[in-house]
Amino acid sequence: MRKIRVLIGKPGLDGHDRGAKVVAAALRDAGMEVIYTGLHQTCEAIVEAAIQEDVDVIGLSILSGAHMTIFPRVLKLLKERKANIPVIGGGIIPQDDVKKLEKMGVKKIFGPGTPTNEIVEWIKNNVGGKNSPGQSTKSKKSRKQK
Amino acid sequence: MDLIKNLLKGDKLSIARVISQVEDDTGYDILDRIYPYTGNAYHIGITGPPGAGKSTLVNAIAKKLLRESYKIGIIAVDPTSPFSGGALLGDRIRMGDLSLQKNVFIRSMATRGSLGGLSKKTKDVALVLDAAGMDYILIETVGVGQVELDIAQVCDTKIVVLVPESGDSIQAMKAGLLEIADIVVVNKGDREGSDSLLIELKFAFDLKPKTGWRVPILKTIATDDSGIDELVKEIGNHKEYLEKSDEIKKLQKMRILNQIHEYIETEIKRHLRETVIDDKELDRYIEKIMERKVSPYKIARKIMENMLKGG
Ligand SMILES: Nc1nc2c(ncn2[C@@H]2O[C@H](COP(=O)(O)OP(=O)(O)O)[C@@H](O)[C@H]2O)c(=O)[nH]1
Ligand SMILES: [Mg+2]
Repeated sequence: MRKIRVLIGKPGLDGHDRGAKVVAAALRDAGMEVIYTGLHQTCEAIVEAAIQEDVDVIGLSILSGAHMTIFPRVLKLLKERKANIPVIGGGIIPQDDVKKLEKMGVKKIFGPGTPTNEIVEWIKNNVGGKNSPGQSTKSKKSRKQK
Repeated sequence: MDLIKNLLKGDKLSIARVISQVEDDTGYDILDRIYPYTGNAYHIGITGPPGAGKSTLVNAIAKKLLRESYKIGIIAVDPTSPFSGGALLGDRIRMGDLSLQKNVFIRSMATRGSLGGLSKKTKDVALVLDAAGMDYILIETVGVGQVELDIAQVCDTKIVVLVPESGDSIQAMKAGLLEIADIVVVNKGDREGSDSLLIELKFAFDLKPKTGWRVPILKTIATDDSGIDELVKEIGNHKEYLEKSDEIKKLQKMRILNQIHEYIETEIKRHLRETVIDDKELDRYIEKIMERKVSPYKIARKIMENMLKGG
């Protein structure tokens, strides 16, 4: 069976990545391949990494309050590169902003303290190979059916 | 097919997509078709204990080669967890400066159940990068288990990285790591103990019988790019040595032979599992074997004969 590949990124300036690491470890323990790119990543670097790694979903952890600039930027860059990779996020994000972000195309925002198994389940149910970057969406589907 | 055309042009989305197919076992058609475009990349393996600075070194080597206008592919392999089947792939953390470079493609891979330090698919992923026009392919892998065989199967120049705190070099010797080294690097040269490790290693290598290539033992500080010029120069020397002495041909022949064998083995096993052996029949055989009426080998031969007859 195909493995789900996830990129966990920590864009922006805020200084700790404990939350991101906990999520990364939980996804690994759920059998996924997790690419962790470390602290202080630019949106460009995250999008480029996601493309090269051919991940099924990008998860961004943002605690700095910059979510209203970072998410739209990542979505825009993905579009420019014609990479159709779903984006989800976590962090301290006010409910109003959550609604706005989901409208913009962020697939899901997990608030602080979300149990990790909830994130695992969401990914398994919503991305496992269904969405895929680039041109040949077909190939991933056929792989999944195998 | 567009995908292949774009891959050959070096399009990153296409490279990434094809690598996934190769990793997932659905890419053999593509490999058949791109094979004529491969054979141009030079493969460098970097192995050593966890935390030795392999990713940092790969980053430094790649930056140096980039300045010389080469195209670089990087494959960073980390172990799959035997319990969950998942993996945490963190080598990109040390390669932040590189990922946006036009002439660099980085891919993280999990070992996915193979025993050595590399995934079974690493060489096929390297083929994809080769076809995409990379001049150098750097392959990072944790030095454990049967890494010796694995890495020799893929890499032209094999670099073993050690650090003072990774314990005594004797330990590494035992693990066979140094047996495969074409170049030995003592990284974290800023740390205490690096000079004595260097001397110890030089001494150990002086005792080894001299054949063609003399293994250089270098000190680096990967975080400062210190010693990297020297290291890249030695990679070049080793490449030249392999090419001049025709060793490279031998390596290539050995690899092709292994590729053929491995593919056949895998397919036979799959065929056996999926079509040849009927579970119920097998159960009956096992009963008989347990009653000591027949040996497992006799049954195995019988199954084989059936299979070769086209069963
Ligand atoms: N002091 C020192 N630290 C280094 C050096 N090279 C790498 N490191 C650090 O060692 C740690 C592990 O490095 P990494 O490249 O991830 O090691 P790997 O597990 O072998 O890939 C990181 O914190 C690096 O910054 C060095 O030459 N000197
Ligand atoms: Mg590493």
